[in-house]
Amino acid sequence: MLREIRPAIVLLLALTAITGLAYPLAMTAIAGTLFPVQAQGSLIEKDGKVIGSALIGQEFKDDKYFHGRLSATLAPDPNDSTKTVSAPYNAANSGGSNLGPTSKALADRLKEDVDKLRGENPNAAVPVDLVTTSASGLDPDISPDAAQFQVPRVAKARNLPEDQVKQLVTANTEGRLLGLLGEPRVNVLALNLALDRRAAK
Amino acid sequence: MTVIGWLQIILFCVIVVALTKPLGWYMTRVFGGDPTFLSPVLRPIEAGIYWISGVDEKREQHWLTYTVAMLLFHVGGFLIIYGVMRLQAVLPFNPAGQGAVAEDLSFNTAVSFITNTNWQNYGGESTLSYLTQMVGLTHQNFLSAATGIVLAVALIRGFARASARTVGNFWVDVTRCTLYILLPICIVYTLFLVWQGMPQTLGAYVEATTLEGAKQTIAVGPVASQVAIKMLGTNGGGFFNANAAHPFENPTALSNFVQMLSIFALGAALTNVFGRMVGNQRQGWAILAVMGLLFIAGVGVCYWAEANGTSAMHALGLTGGNMEGKEVRFGIVASSLFAVITTAASCGAVNAMHDSFTALGGMIPLINMQLGEIIVGGVGAGMYGMLLFVVLAIFVAGLMVGRTPEYVGKKIEAREVKMAMLAILVLPLMILGWTAVGVVYPAAVASMANAGPHGFTEVLYAFTSGTANNGSAFAGLTGNTFFYNLTLASAMFVGRFFMIVPAMAIAGSLAAKKSIPPSMGTFPTTGGLFVGLVVGVILIMGGLTFFPALALGPIVEHLAMNAGNLF
Repeated sequence: MLREIRPAIVLLLALTAITGLAYPLAMTAIAGTLFPVQAQGSLIEKDGKVIGSALIGQEFKDDKYFHGRLSATLAPDPNDSTKTVSAPYNAANSGGSNLGPTSKALADRLKEDVDKLRGENPNAAVPVDLVTTSASGLDPDISPDAAQFQVPRVAKARNLPEDQVKQLVTANTEGRLLGLLGEPRVNVLALNLALDRRAAK
Repeated sequence: MTVIGWLQIILFCVIVVALTKPLGWYMTRVFGGDPTFLSPVLRPIEAGIYWISGVDEKREQHWLTYTVAMLLFHVGGFLIIYGVMRLQAVLPFNPAGQGAVAEDLSFNTAVSFITNTNWQNYGGESTLSYLTQMVGLTHQNFLSAATGIVLAVALIRGFARASARTVGNFWVDVTRCTLYILLPICIVYTLFLVWQGMPQTLGAYVEATTLEGAKQTIAVGPVASQVAIKMLGTNGGGFFNANAAHPFENPTALSNFVQMLSIFALGAALTNVFGRMVGNQRQGWAILAVMGLLFIAGVGVCYWAEANGTSAMHALGLTGGNMEGKEVRFGIVASSLFAVITTAASCGAVNAMHDSFTALGGMIPLINMQLGEIIVGGVGAGMYGMLLFVVLAIFVAGLMVGRTPEYVGKKIEAREVKMAMLAILVLPLMILGWTAVGVVYPAAVASMANAGPHGFTEVLYAFTSGTANNGSAFAGLTGNTFFYNLTLASAMFVGRFFMIVPAMAIAGSLAAKKSIPPSMGTFPTTGGLFVGLVVGVILIMGGLTFFPALALGPIVEHLAMNAGNLF
């Protein structure tokens, strides 16, 4: 048995060096050369400043922007570091609400948000993804239904004809991969950037 | 449920089955010591590792030596992770300036990673430095996966060899598995993931100013290289807190699909390795059929439950299924499918929050783990777990006809059956025992996030996941407390090693036996009758043991939900 001690130390260190250092560092170098944009986090710049990542959702509250999904992410309470406070779309601390199917807190929240949205657009059914929190709290997408639902509000706030806004939504809708994998979706940040560009014209 | 949803599920199954044979062929060559197309590059590295560590690759080990070598290897692995976590504040690659990780959390995480559980009491981006992620976690993702695979191979050798004293050399097996199987696949896989949008950088977190003018700190890091082995090795410990639900850890529908495939690929291929090594590939296919039946049943129930949604949603006229805690790009079907895959295998990565699943949808992952994660299972762990059930099933069949049972030419006798029972009984002991403590001990009760039966399920899920070395969670439960850090570590440790040692004892005792040719009276183990028998034994064992606990949790919650009760 004693002769197993040396490999237990040396072989472990050798494999640690290969898999824990050489492999991730080499992959960082190669990936950074082949796919420089993705490797850095698919960042979007506007006027030389980083305004976010194409893959990470951000919070929109203004009526003139399309809103993303609800986010349950938290941040440390500035007044008491042992507690946390709600901080939607905190991209340094991802996470979901973890409320279960019989949670009263969830049922109350759903009701409140559904009522609010019905007031905003009484003519369409409320899409479920607009009143539920995402798993990561950073979901960059909403369903095409959820985007269409918001068209009247955005069009009104921007003084644009609804048809034009609808067209933008359609142009920014991504289908399933090969018509099969995933779900149709609209990237909220991309759509809002397209809206801003349209307004600037 | 939709047609397109089921097409995605069917496509997944077809590709897994198609990969089984070629991967099984390749892995059999690697563990047989045969040259492969990568040998010209890798053989010098392999030989160098043996040379510096003093390993004689020709010398094989007795099962006990093999097991001791494996345990020593884990002691070292534990010390490396624990040390790096405690010292990360003064070590390099720490641009976010993360401080030292607390003692109990470091202990829990170190046990979690050496046991291939990868339970996340830590919050990736908010706790760990890049060095900890790489040297602590990525390296152990490789080695705990390699360990699982080589243990399964050692047990398979027990079945395949006759009158043999040895079951292989642990050091050679681990080195070859890491160099020839895990590393090459991960290199290609990492590049694919980065192409799909996964970050791979040592740069600091990005400060962004959003369109509405708010500040957003975006956590990045060497994500892709870790995620590749996290999925392939069925580890499942996330780079980020939200795991594979985080857009950086799973950017697209395609990355999601490939991640699901990579969870099952090696585990499914091991059934083919088994068939090849015992000289009849149909033996492997029969085992894969057992796994496949249980898998499809689980997917069907979970998908149906999630697509159906909850009573609270129905009351408000919301359609489209239970989207609480799910991502739009995956939707209902890919989230349900992922949940079943990750718990059937002992992966534990999640692309949706299991805590927010419907009662029945969340019960399927729970059952998958309680059955011992033998539906494909963790790389290697699923295979040796399944072979334990096969030993029991064969024993039951033998009792029925009054003959000494035999399997692939080996007589199954009292010693093997006792060892198999010992390994299988560890699951309920740890799961039900600790859950009972967790629901009465006040400091543990305070950790529950949901009230009512759902809170009970959170605790049951935690100890099930820990004992089964899965690592997924009903994440509302506050796990980073002194109580849970220690009790979960004990569940993970016992669940891993008290399964491995009896399995290795079986390997040793089988290897020493003579091989007997099949006769007229031999029970055929490649047909439908055998598949049905094994499925039956698995369901009766798991069902009888855990049904009372499930009745207190998800089942009563489902009934309460239908009656309109909220907690």
